[in-house]
Amino acid sequence: MLEVKNLQARVENNHILQGINLTVNAGEVHAIMGPNGSGKSTLAHILAGREGYEVTAGEVTYEGKDLLAMMPEQRAREGVFLAFQYPVEIAGVSNNYFLRAALNAIRKYHGMDELDAMDFLKVVREKMKMLEMDESLMNRPVNEGFSGGEKKRNEILQMAVLEPKLAILDETDSGLDIDSLRTVAEGINKLRSPERAIILVTHYQRLLSYVVPDFVHVLSDGRIVKSGGKDLAHELELKGYGWLEQGEPAKSGVSVR
Amino acid sequence: MSREAEAIEALVNREYKWGFVTEIEADTVPHGLNEDTIRLISDKKREPEFMLEWRLNAYRHWLTLEQSQAEPKWANVHYPPIDYQSIAYYSAPKTKKDGPKSLDEVDPELLKTYEKLGIPLRERELLSGVAVDAVFDSVSVATTFREKLGELGIIFCSFSEAVQEHPELVKKYLGSVVPHTDNFFAALNAAVFTDGSFCYIPKGVRCPMELSTYFRINAKNTGQFERTLIIADEGSYVSYLEGCTAPMRDENQLHAAVVELIAHDDATIKYSTVQNWYPGDKEGKGGIYNFVTKRGKCLGRNSKISWTQVETGSAITWKYPSCILQGDNSVGEFYSVALTNNYQQADTGTKMIHIGKNTRSTIVSKGISAGHGQNTYRGLVKILKGATGARNFSQCDSLLLGDKCGAHTFPYLEVKNSTAQVEHEATTSKIGEDQIFYFRQRGLSMDDAISMIVNGFCKLVFRELPMEFAVEAQKLLGVSLEGSVG
Repeated sequence: MLEVKNLQARVENNHILQGINLTVNAGEVHAIMGPNGSGKSTLAHILAGREGYEVTAGEVTYEGKDLLAMMPEQRAREGVFLAFQYPVEIAGVSNNYFLRAALNAIRKYHGMDELDAMDFLKVVREKMKMLEMDESLMNRPVNEGFSGGEKKRNEILQMAVLEPKLAILDETDSGLDIDSLRTVAEGINKLRSPERAIILVTHYQRLLSYVVPDFVHVLSDGRIVKSGGKDLAHELELKGYGWLEQGEPAKSGVSVR
Repeated sequence: MSREAEAIEALVNREYKWGFVTEIEADTVPHGLNEDTIRLISDKKREPEFMLEWRLNAYRHWLTLEQSQAEPKWANVHYPPIDYQSIAYYSAPKTKKDGPKSLDEVDPELLKTYEKLGIPLRERELLSGVAVDAVFDSVSVATTFREKLGELGIIFCSFSEAVQEHPELVKKYLGSVVPHTDNFFAALNAAVFTDGSFCYIPKGVRCPMELSTYFRINAKNTGQFERTLIIADEGSYVSYLEGCTAPMRDENQLHAAVVELIAHDDATIKYSTVQNWYPGDKEGKGGIYNFVTKRGKCLGRNSKISWTQVETGSAITWKYPSCILQGDNSVGEFYSVALTNNYQQADTGTKMIHIGKNTRSTIVSKGISAGHGQNTYRGLVKILKGATGARNFSQCDSLLLGDKCGAHTFPYLEVKNSTAQVEHEATTSKIGEDQIFYFRQRGLSMDDAISMIVNGFCKLVFRELPMEFAVEAQKLLGVSLEGSVG
């Protein structure tokens, strides 16, 4: 589904990604771990099409198409979803209206009928129940006044409603208490399917205790320095990121915060 | 330029669609202002003596203001001095008779003009539920649904007709809220105003339809000076709308209007404006100077006056729809969206004067600046000594699109009663790349993103507008309709 080959990118003169190679197939869950500043979020943003990064080398193929050539909205309509680390607040635009507009934009792109308010409500109600979300959140402005946990659940709700093929979850576990983490993780697990690939970007192992990945990749200084199965995450948790960097060819300027 | 910036530019640089000129023979008085001009206007309108006296009195006061250079300079707007002698103060389409009695007598060119503007004047084509008074340059050309309203005792007609048919009401209320001594432009208007709308709602009547006036400036080198007077008698209710457009011209044109509202005991007046005068071109050439004095007096107990304005047009806007809260428990509201783009300047806001006990006021102002636009909120909340238990809440938010525009806020508070509660909130934000990316990542286009963000920003104001106007206002801002409006 997704093929990343030698992806290199920079912001101004800061070379953040220095040759990423990654293959993700439908039905798989990949965890991308790494210390702060290793390039995890940058990779997520570049895949979603955020401006401000310059891709200097490499290519990304998604479903046989050149992903990097697409506008962000086109990627979304083609089924690429990014759950934001910091979901954005939008005053005066209700959550309900926003999500329905998004769903209809995607449906329209695929030549499907747009859903009216009633049909949409049916879809959303069901998904909210699954995520244990209060329905009143739908009538509030997008993410405005939401708690940290509510914001993250809202991202997963959007994912559940928009039904992407490739979901990239950027630090979805950050800022969650243990109960919220469990609910969010259950939501993600319910969305696992043979047709869908999920990339979990995370600093900590704790989310991976609930959402068990098929593959774990460790990112350091803009490169994937180690890949393995779910056990790699446990090993990292025990030994810390320093363990990997020591084993690497000597490189200057690596800092672990 | 980033793609966001391009999309914002495309959104705000829509063409002005109402800029055409109607070719019609007009009766225009020579330009220039002196007592003879005023006598001529008064004579053309066959006014009773008291009106002429009232005008001359105002004119003499204005002369003293002009000689002492008392044209207001405190507003945050800049324009070259206006030559008041170069303006023609009266221009009206020529008619065979004095004032049309029915639509069949209205020049077809004029009917076509209003059709083109989306304001059909034939009642069967009208939106049911909206009565229209159509003012073209200096005169009212038609007022619809008069008979139907008349059955309820509601008077809705042009100001000129009111002077002829209801002089006692005009005499009693004219200038009672905005006296000619109020300010420079109010004095000028009192001297030379030519027409406008008049409306009286009798005791206990709830006006069954929206009343509206559509102002159109057409003639070149003229000024439009209209005057609107609305009186809501005890326990009555009226919702009134006004809209306005003008041709695209390189010269600036002056529009100096006065609106007076009077609400008696338990009466409510809701006054909505969608102001879309020609704003000038991209370089700031041309456009209307919109220097307007609007004020309502909550004279009676439990009365309420609510202003809602969407200001998208005019080269310069200078207006402060205000409320004098005289009756105990009376309520004043001001909801405003002001958009300035290219070189437009707006200095707008409100005054809430709390006199009576337990009077309440709400101010919600949303300023949007784009291009080189300068947007100023200026507001006064004044709580007088006797206004025990008065309350005010003000919220002033500014949204900047681009980095060459400006937003300014000047809130003034004068509180002379210690039991009063006054709250003020203000924010300034830039439309964020983060927000736009969030929308796009969910599959929405950049245009939709900007529309929804701007629309969301204005929502508190739009929801105060009557449905038809809310749709119009959103179109004007190039925004799509959000389901919850109305």
